[in-house]
This record gives sequence, C-alpha cells and structure tokens, in this order.
Amino acid sequence: MENNLLVLSYLIGSVTFIIGLKMLGKPDSARKGNLVAAFGMAVAIFGTIFLYKTTDGKHLHNLEWIFGGLILGSVIGTLAAKRVQMTAMPQMVSLFNGMGGACAMLISIIEFGHLGEILNAANIPTQEIMGGAMNEFVQTIQAALMASVRVKLLIIFAGLIIGAISFAGSMIAWGKLDDKIKDFTLPAQQVVNIGLLLVILVLAGLFIAGTVSGAWVFYLVLALSLLYGVLFVFPIGGADMPVVISLLNSFTGVAAACGGFLYDNQVMLLGGILVGSAGTILTVVMCKAMNRSLTNVLIGNFGGNKSGGGEGKTVQGTIKEVNAADAAMLMKYSKKVIIVPGYGLAVAQAQHTCHELEELLEKEGVEVKYAIHPVAGRMPGHMNVLLAESNVPYDKLLEMEEINPEFASTDVVLVIGANDVVNPAARTDKDSPIYGMPILDVDNAQHIIVMKRGMNAGYAGIENELFFDPKTSMLFGDAKKTLLALVSEMKNS
Amino acid sequence: MNSILDFITENQQMIYMVILMIFVGIELIGKVPTILHTPLMSGANAIHGVVIIGAIIVMGEADTMGAKVLGFLAVLLGTLNVVGGFVVTDRMLQMFKKKK
Repeated sequence: MENNLLVLSYLIGSVTFIIGLKMLGKPDSARKGNLVAAFGMAVAIFGTIFLYKTTDGKHLHNLEWIFGGLILGSVIGTLAAKRVQMTAMPQMVSLFNGMGGACAMLISIIEFGHLGEILNAANIPTQEIMGGAMNEFVQTIQAALMASVRVKLLIIFAGLIIGAISFAGSMIAWGKLDDKIKDFTLPAQQVVNIGLLLVILVLAGLFIAGTVSGAWVFYLVLALSLLYGVLFVFPIGGADMPVVISLLNSFTGVAAACGGFLYDNQVMLLGGILVGSAGTILTVVMCKAMNRSLTNVLIGNFGGNKSGGGEGKTVQGTIKEVNAADAAMLMKYSKKVIIVPGYGLAVAQAQHTCHELEELLEKEGVEVKYAIHPVAGRMPGHMNVLLAESNVPYDKLLEMEEINPEFASTDVVLVIGANDVVNPAARTDKDSPIYGMPILDVDNAQHIIVMKRGMNAGYAGIENELFFDPKTSMLFGDAKKTLLALVSEMKNS
Repeated sequence: MNSILDFITENQQMIYMVILMIFVGIELIGKVPTILHTPLMSGANAIHGVVIIGAIIVMGEADTMGAKVLGFLAVLLGTLNVVGGFVVTDRMLQMFKKKK
C-alpha cells in the first residue's frame, strides 16, 4: 500500500512538472503553471520522506535532520527570493541553480562512500575462506557484482562531474552579473579548457574500468571538475551570461537525472531530463534571439578582455549634448515618442520614474510606446518584468519586429541606458563583433535622445556611431536622476 | 558489446523515458514569447530542484557523522534550489497578471 502511494506521488509529481512547464510558456497561465509544478514537487518530497523504503524495507531515519534542512532551506530561500531586487533576478536564478548542482555533487560524494563500503565487505571473505571448487562460483558472483558496481560508478561520476561544473560555473556567473568578478582570460584558454575536460573524462573512465584505483582519483576528478566549471564561465562576456545560465540550468537537470538512475527514481529522472532538454532548447532560442550560435557564445569570447583594444572600427566625430529642459520640451511637443529601455535603466532602478514620465507625456497627448529588444538588459524578458513591475501596461511594450517599422514615423526616440542593441554597426560594419545581430532601427526617427552615464562603450566594448549621428543628442547622467529632472521639467513647463 | 546490449535490455524502461522526455522538453519550449524566457528558465530551474529527493534519500540512510553532515548540506542546498526557485519565478510572474 505504502509503496503504491509513493509511486502515485511520483506520478503526480511527474505530470505536474510537464503541465507546469507547458503552462509557463503562455503569459496567461504562466503563474498558475509555476504553482502547479511547485505543488507536484511538494507531493513528491513528502511522499519520499514518509513512504520511501530502503532496500532492506526500512523507512528513512534522521527525520530531524531532513526537516531541519528543509525548514532552514525554505526560510533562507524564501527570504532571499523575496528580498532580491528585480534587477538582480538573473543573479538569483544563477545562485539557486548552483545550489542544485552542489546538491547533485554532494549526493555523488556520499554514494561513492557507500559504494566503497560495499566493495570492502564483498572483497575480504573471498580471499580468506573460500578455496577449491567454490572459487569459480565466487568469481562469477564477484564479476556480476563488479558489473553492477561499474554501472553505478558511471552514474555517480556523471552526477559528480556535471553537478560540480554546474555549481562552480553558476557561482562564477553569479559573481560576474553581480560585478564581483571581472572578465579574465588565460592564454590559450580554449586549449586549456578542452585539455582539462579530457583529463577529467579519461581519469573517470580509467577509474570506472578499474585500471586505476584509490579514492584519491575520485576527489581529483571532483577538484578538476570544479576548476573546469570556473574556467568554462570565466572568459564568457557578461552580456552572454543569460545564455550560460540557461545552459548550466540544463546541466543541473542532467545531474538530477543521474540521481534518478542511481535510485531508480522516476520523478527525478523525468524532472531532470525534462529540464535538461527544455533548458538546452531555451539556450538555443536565446542565442537565436541574438542571432548568434551557441559555439560562438561559448568560444567567441565576445565582450571579454579583447574588447579593450578596440575591436571593430573606431568612430570619429562630434557629439551633441542636450540638457534636461530642452529634452523635455522636445518630447512634450512631439506626436510620438518611443522609449528604448536598456540595462542602464535597470541598474538605476529608474523604471518607476520612467513610467511617470510616460504618463506625463500621455497627458500632453503624446503617443508613447516602449521598444523592447529581445536581449535588452541582461536577460531576455528582463525589461518586460521591470516595466511590468512599475505598472506599464502590457500592450505598450512592443517587441523588436513589431516596433521597427514604426521608428520612421516617430518624432523622438528616448534611449535609456541601452547601447549595443541600437548600434547601427550591427547592420553595416562587417568587422564589428555584433555584426548581424538584429537591432532596433532607432536611427530612422526624427530625433534621438540618448541617456547615458558617460561615453563608455557598452557591454560588447565597441563604439556606437549612433552617438555621433547629427540627429542624436546626448543626455549624460544617471538614468534615474536624469529621468527625475525630465519629469520635473515636464511638470514645470 | 554484449554488456552494452545487456545494459540496454535491463534498463529499457528508463531509456525509453529519457528519449520521450527529451522530445517532450523540446516540444514544450518550441514556441515561447521572448518575454517569458526569463520566468521559464527560472521555473525550469526550480523543477530540477527535484534532485532534493536524492538528497532526502541519502540523508535518511546516513549512519556515519560524515555522511550526515554532507547529507544535511545536500538537503539544505536542494531546498534552497526548490523553494527559492519557485518563489522567484512567482515574483516575476506576479508582474504579468496586470490588465492586459
């Protein structure tokens, strides 16, 4: 009976994961989908705690430890998730992803210890007691045991390596997005990385085959996998972090699926593979939105150290500055204004002020829309989430394909802290690292006002000729302060 | 060679499931609007927190102090992944429910 209930709880878990993920893909049902999956997860977790039986038919013990971990983790997790700023969302996802990877890694470490005990117990008597005719029989049993041990080892190693890479990589990605870690590239980074990965795989393979032995091999593989995770993410530019996080996300899924194999546990296997596959596709879709291939992101080294030396051609010319009063006046007497939000808006937490400006303009009879580039901010959908937070109506947020034809009939484009996504070099300059990326055609508008902190290059580290366009005026300063100035000018005039 | 075939035969259910799930995953994500990429990634992130079930099993079987400490850590980290993941996703999606 109990076992049947456990199977049922896993079935419920598995089905809710699939339905939940499906519902997450549609704006109307997304929130419910998340809750459906969370419900299924809770059923599977409590089913395991109370109904799971070990091979010798006993219930799980150490319940106080289990509940201690669950409660402590829930409190910390909820607080962290509730407190985090909307702008820091990508980091948070990366951090949680790393926790999952570390969890898979720890499971492998503990199971490896268990396996060692089993092997020791099986080995000793065969040497001492048995002799003669019994020997052959014992050898067959031992061979069968070894074969099953090898399969187990394979799974344990897979979980260990993938979990460790995902953990270390996610931590680096988190540090990079949080500006705690700078881009850093070793000489011949790619060669080092591939070599390291080969060493890890060969060591693990030799150990599983029984050619090398000793627990030190296991821990060496662990250490090298962690190192690989660090080196894998280090050289990738900050702008590509979302893609990397999505990829590491699917890694952790696969690591979880390894646990499913290990315990013959359907819900772990199903949930893990589902995320592994969905995560991979999501990664590819994200790359497509930036018109780049996955290999290009991983090996291309885009936006990293190289950029300082001036990739692409440098742009010469004069820039025109404008003050808040003139900019406000210009917008107030326009018919149509399009706002292009970028990461600068997110950093300055200026989404509410931006909405206020939009409302003031509407009151003056100006038509206001937002143009959302697929990779504006640090993650696809980042800007939508931010602007939705400050109550900007859904239908004012237009995606790139929809809004691009409208720029020609627009009086003023207000670019707030965006750079690479409006750089015309993506269309014209073949040498530019962002060549081929679809951009917002803001240069078709009558006037362009660019709000920026200074003349620094964007994340891709390249000059933007848009700033030197005669139609462009620069409005320097922190996005929030400048927007506040615009709002007060708007109210006073 | 034989051992590989044996492995496939013994684990055929698992292998079928893996292959089918890969296709389900691809189908589910195929056409999703860009604005939902981040919440979707975050939701998927929470779902792979299912690894916590492995952590619970390990913890529940642990006898030595070392295994207990590691198991406890695993349960703690897994819970962070699950709870944090779902709560963060819910917070993101909360913002979409507004008037359409």
